[in-house]
Amino acid sequence: MSGLRVLKPGPQSLLQDAGRLGWQHLGVSPAGPLDWHAAAWANHLLNNPWGTPLLEIALGGVELQAEVDTWVAVCGAQVPLSMDDQPQPLWARLSLRKGQLLRLGFARSGQRAYLAVAGGFIAAPVLGSVSVQIREGQGRALQGGDLLPCQAARFSHCASVPWPYLPDYGSKPLLRVITGGDAANFEEDQLQGFFAQSWQLSPLSDRMGARLIGEAVQPPGRQWSSGIGRGAIQVPPDGQPIILQADHQTMGGYPLLGWLHPLDQGRLAQCPAHHPLRFTPVSIGDAQAELREFYRFFRR
Amino acid sequence: MIRFEPAGAEALLLVLAEQPDAQLPQRIALLAQRIRAELGDLLIDLVPGWTSVLLHYDLMCTDHLQLAERLKPLLERWLAEPFVAQAGRLHEIPIWYGGEDLAEVARLCQLSGAQVIELHAATEYRVGAIGFAPGFAYLGELDARLALPRRATPRIAVPAGSLAIAERQTAIYPHSSPGGWHLLGRCPWLLFDVAQLPPCPLALGDRVRFRRIDERDFIREGGQS
Repeated sequence: MSGLRVLKPGPQSLLQDAGRLGWQHLGVSPAGPLDWHAAAWANHLLNNPWGTPLLEIALGGVELQAEVDTWVAVCGAQVPLSMDDQPQPLWARLSLRKGQLLRLGFARSGQRAYLAVAGGFIAAPVLGSVSVQIREGQGRALQGGDLLPCQAARFSHCASVPWPYLPDYGSKPLLRVITGGDAANFEEDQLQGFFAQSWQLSPLSDRMGARLIGEAVQPPGRQWSSGIGRGAIQVPPDGQPIILQADHQTMGGYPLLGWLHPLDQGRLAQCPAHHPLRFTPVSIGDAQAELREFYRFFRR
Repeated sequence: MIRFEPAGAEALLLVLAEQPDAQLPQRIALLAQRIRAELGDLLIDLVPGWTSVLLHYDLMCTDHLQLAERLKPLLERWLAEPFVAQAGRLHEIPIWYGGEDLAEVARLCQLSGAQVIELHAATEYRVGAIGFAPGFAYLGELDARLALPRRATPRIAVPAGSLAIAERQTAIYPHSSPGGWHLLGRCPWLLFDVAQLPPCPLALGDRVRFRRIDERDFIREGGQS
């Protein structure tokens, strides 16, 4: 099989698809891309169905040599992109010829770039998914010398993402929260404190959870462990909230303040350590309506 | 009183009781089975908890309000049923009781090491929940004389197959992972294996007994010391 040969793997590059769904009752984390917005556009540009396996590249620093004629798209973090040293645009589909060197430099803004290839990367699924989940030992990060298998493909013309959909990862995000869970059991001033202050993203954040640093929010008592989902905002006893991301555990017992809007989870994942974060409430109905629109467009 | 609580934009939490009890895991297992059979097409994941079931639904098929309406008749039937103890599958799991914390647990519980092992192995446990890590089954209920809070500082890595206790629960860590429970022994079996279907032999409501083995048996049955 031919594909893209890895010359430089970057600090952490992971194959991801729609996630390992349907196994949470056995404690299996779903994984999947951290930034659905960028990942979905990368696949969409290549007419790939939703959840086609692509590469999530943390910070950049990747070099690949094509061993096949194909088309690729890179969306997400603003990495300098070149083919045989010719600069190339992000958020666009590009022809990549056999022998050409595709280079992604280190990100100037944003944290995760998504490299999709026409037809998707080919890998053997485990429990229905090729998503790499390091903590659970499912797969591993890309290494030098690896081959990312894919098939030859042709398009007749280029395409790019319309500019209104291009995010500005340098801005200070106002992230939307569906309040709920144990929110009613928090003291009113503690809940207000969460929304009133500017938080900082902790450098200890990872694919499992984004940790916030700020003035502690006093949580109510612990609950019986129950199933827990992506975007859940846990408040442990130290009062520093943790927002669950793609590699989240399946059950948790910390009190919950609410859930991050699903379409704002990708924006959070693009923030560097110590980036300022603010939160604002959103209704569940508004969040669902917007999410349905997103799915209708990308999940054909 | 059953409560429906939206859990974000794509999940619904069913809170079935305020406190867990001995019968609840089996009753929740039965309910989970029925929900899967009748409403499985609308769901992506279904996660039973100690007192709850979390339903991750497909927003393109339903929402929390519609799903709650669909669940009501099913829950009414479930509530009206008298409890029939399901025998549940019985798993006999070999354990080499040579854990790092055995002496410490004995000291804290004011028992001898042999008494700790005896009390632990005498109980028949039930799988009350599965979570934390793939195949990590919370087993209850541990003898009250062995109940201890979690360790003040969790270990960075607990060996795969470690049998551990905390509060009124016991469990086996299927893979090496960080862990704050007290280690009593080791199981030689692989308790989560993606090559098997299902990958985890234990299911909610199943029964578990522990069979004492020594280090030689542990190695013979595939354990890595």
